Amino acid sequence: MRKVNTEIIVKLEKVSFSYTKEEAVKNVSLLVHKGDYTGIIGPNGGGKSTLLKLMLGILKPNKGTVELFGTDINHFKDWQKIGYVPQKAHVDTNFPVTVEEMVAMGRYGLRGLFHFPTREDKEKVYQALKHVDMVDFRNKQMSDLSGGQQQRVFIARALATEPEIIFLDEPTVGVDVKTQKQFYELLRILNRKLELTLVLVSHELDVVAHESNELGYINRTLEYYGEPTEFLKGAYFHELIGIGGLHH
Amino acid sequence: MPEIFQYSFILRGLEAGIIIALIAPVIGIFLVLRRYSLIADTLSHVSLAGVAIGLILNINPLITAIISAVVSSIVIERLRLSKRIFGESALAIFLSGSLALAIILISLNHGFRVDLFNYLFGSITTVRQADVYIIFILGLLVIAGIFAFYKELVYITVDEEAAQVSGISTRLINILLIVFAALTVSLAIPIVGVLLIGALIVIPVVTALQLRKSFKQTIFIAEIVSVFSVTFGIISSFYLNLSAGGVIVLINIIILLLTFIIKEFKH
Repeated sequence: MRKVNTEIIVKLEKVSFSYTKEEAVKNVSLLVHKGDYTGIIGPNGGGKSTLLKLMLGILKPNKGTVELFGTDINHFKDWQKIGYVPQKAHVDTNFPVTVEEMVAMGRYGLRGLFHFPTREDKEKVYQALKHVDMVDFRNKQMSDLSGGQQQRVFIARALATEPEIIFLDEPTVGVDVKTQKQFYELLRILNRKLELTLVLVSHELDVVAHESNELGYINRTLEYYGEPTEFLKGAYFHELIGIGGLHH
Repeated sequence: MPEIFQYSFILRGLEAGIIIALIAPVIGIFLVLRRYSLIADTLSHVSLAGVAIGLILNINPLITAIISAVVSSIVIERLRLSKRIFGESALAIFLSGSLALAIILISLNHGFRVDLFNYLFGSITTVRQADVYIIFILGLLVIAGIFAFYKELVYITVDEEAAQVSGISTRLINILLIVFAALTVSLAIPIVGVLLIGALIVIPVVTALQLRKSFKQTIFIAEIVSVFSVTFGIISSFYLNLSAGGVIVLINIIILLLTFIIKEFKH
């Protein structure tokens, strides 16, 4: 269900970005409202992750503007409102860090120089681990965990910040089907019970279309943005499936 | 008191050596984990050019080494960020370029060949009292800096993008890390020399990483290995009449090999 009357958290207006000459993201405009569970899907190389990085200010657009919580991203300071779960492949999990140390990093941005973790920080870390059901693993090395468990730890790290919105970049890559199912259940709980706004980038068109309440399909341009049910019903989806079918 | 401690040059060497041994692994862990260990070698060669300049101008070579390393480190980081050339290429260019400059300066002035040899391989006999003070003060500065930015350094090392999204200025932290590395490398030159400093920054950390502990424990273990190797290296080089820098590095390699062997044996 669209929540058009609530606060706008992410606003992209005519955003374009190119790594080289060719534009990876072209003329994208979209709104994410408070409480939304937005899925961004699309083919590999279609600009999904680029779009997410533009929303987070990791990349700066060549054209257009990005706003977070009504503030231009270049002046945005309230980073504690933002949680980020990066693509696991981009994080070297062979680092000598324990689960607890990794989750505690979610609190680092909130504390200034020379400030060491307080009791409150430790409590928040514990709570975050509890939400993702990883308390028993807190003293384990990250490298000793399975892909699905590592992903839960990254969610816990995002939760430890106590954000209002969490951005997830291809969180289920390299995770088995059962773990993937549990993972989407966890996201549903975060969205419905903790009332967290979610933006999820994934190539799993079918699952995301069923889980999210707002769906964007990007293939350089944002070709669809709206209700997932409309997308599934529409001729466009069938056309995509048809195209996919040709490859088999 | 054992005979060794009656020599003031040994005491100076030990004082300076222990400070270096303490700071090398805390810089090293960030460089090793960010796959940036080569910067230590590059900055040490830049420092050599700095030493040569100091010898020609008759200024304390440690000071000119520090200045040239710090300035170059900032230029290298800017080049890396500009993406005009690959980060690694920037390191290679600075390494060979500064070595070339050092060689030309040496050939212009034949008088200081012996002095320069001391800086290449380290020689605790050349550590002056003024050097100990410089090493102490700047060493403290590096430790205080790491302490102040510890959280930020850890976060950008593990996950630079997430650190950026949490509001940490990754640009500032990256430049601080490289400047701290430049200070550490140039300060270490009188003890282990240009050609061996990379080893002192990298090997204790690699040894500690084999034990697969938490981040803090890894730093702690690297510190123990580093301080032990430097202290034991300086003392044994005195009795065996060997180059302290060489002995320190070999001790480190032996400890690393023993760690590998024990690890294999446990499996």
